Formats: sequence, structure tokens, C-alpha cells
Amino acid sequence: MNAEAVVFYAFATITVGSAAVVVLARSLIYSAFALLFTFFGVAGLYVLLGADFLAATQLLVYVGGILVLLLFGVMLTHKLYDLDLKSSTHQFFPSALLTLVFFLFLASVVWTTRWAQGGERVPAPTSAEIGELFLGKFILPFEAASILLLVALIGAAMIVRRRKDA
Amino acid sequence: MATIGVQHYLVVSAALFSLGLLGVLTRRNAVNVLMGIELILNSANINLVAFSRYGAGNLHGQLFAVFVIVIAAAEVAVALAIVLTLYRLRRTPNLDEVGTLRG
Repeated sequence: MNAEAVVFYAFATITVGSAAVVVLARSLIYSAFALLFTFFGVAGLYVLLGADFLAATQLLVYVGGILVLLLFGVMLTHKLYDLDLKSSTHQFFPSALLTLVFFLFLASVVWTTRWAQGGERVPAPTSAEIGELFLGKFILPFEAASILLLVALIGAAMIVRRRKDA
Repeated sequence: MATIGVQHYLVVSAALFSLGLLGVLTRRNAVNVLMGIELILNSANINLVAFSRYGAGNLHGQLFAVFVIVIAAAEVAVALAIVLTLYRLRRTPNLDEVGTLRG
């Protein structure tokens, strides 16, 4: 086992283990904090794959934005005296069996497929090249994504606004 | 086994996807279902970045992953707005108690 394999298995264990806690924990707060570790593990996998800009984006957007938003969602949809914040499950064992079979199917497909080993990219700083691609070849999807984000955030604010007549 | 290839990342991503699917299928709380959806989007991102590293030799997969992160941010904002409105209306965060349209 070389160093890359050790680091990979460490991050993979963190990611999958804390994702299992997200899904299986009884308390919503436990789920939210396990999700934090899942995002950290995924960011570590990005670093291992040579995607430094994406790892930083993952930490900024997911941990700094989405996770905080989800915590607000947890807090705002419970009564204040309801301290345990339980989340019960629904048809657990059939779903667990189904997803286990699905995972085994996916894993067998992954292991038996001969993936194209094309030009393997040498790990190098990526942010300059990503910036040039975003403002050159991919300028149209970049602008479309920014407009989509603006419209979605305005729409979200409009949905939760308290109306006078309601 | 010792050298890490693309299939190792794909298996991790498949595990993450299956766990997210399990969360979406079994959880009653709407915010918890959203957490499952985030897991699924993250697993797709791992796939894209792994293919970008091992398969194509360029950065297009990473660009696609940035777009997925943008979509995830927009999705969670709108979905939480819907969940909050639902909670204000029905006083419950559980999805199976919101069956108004059931025939």
C-alpha cells in the first residue's frame, strides 16, 4: 500500500461512514453534523484527484452555505420545546434491501467494465485553466447558470415571504 | 489493488449514491430527504471529477462539477423555501402527513 492508497481509503471511509450516519441517525442534528464530515471527505477525494479549486469550492459552498441553510431548515421546522428533533423512517427494510441490491449491481458493473485509460492528467494547479475555460469556451453555460442561481434565490425569497392577505 | 484507479472512486461514489437513495426513500422528515439528495449530487460530482482525472485528460469534468454545485445551491434554497411554507401551512415537517392531493 503506497501513500496514495492509504489517503484514499481514509477519505473514502470518512465519506461513506459519515454518509451512513446521515441516513441512519435518529436525530436530525446528528444527521446534519455527519453531513459536514461527508462534505469534508468528498473535498479530500477532490484534492486526491488533483482538483484543488473544486475542493475549495466544495468547502465554501457546501459547508459554508448549504449545510448552514439545512441547519436553518431543521431549526425552523420544529417547535422550540421539541428538543430531541427525531426523524422517524418509513418502510426501512424493503428500501434498505433495494438499495443494497442496487449498490452491488453498480459495483459489479464498475469492476467488470474496462474503463478507457486515456490521457491521464498530471496533477497541477487548476484554477487558472478553469477560469479561462469559464470565460472562453464555456461562457454561455456560465452566464446561464448565474441567471438560474439569481432567479432561484429570488424565487425562494418570494415563496417564503409572508403575504399580507394570508 | 494497491494502485488507486478510476474504479475505486466509482465504487465510493456508488456507495454514496445508494446511501443517498436510502435516505430519500426512507426518511419522513423533508429536511432529511434534502440531505439524501445532497449525497446523491456529491456522488455524481465524484464521478465527474474522477473521469476528468483518469479518462479525458482535460478539465471539462471539473467544470461540469462546478455547475452541479451551482444547481445544488439553487435547489436547496428553493426546496427549503417550500418546506418552510409547508410547515407554516400544515405544522408538520413530515412528508407523509402532507397528503392533501391524494385521491
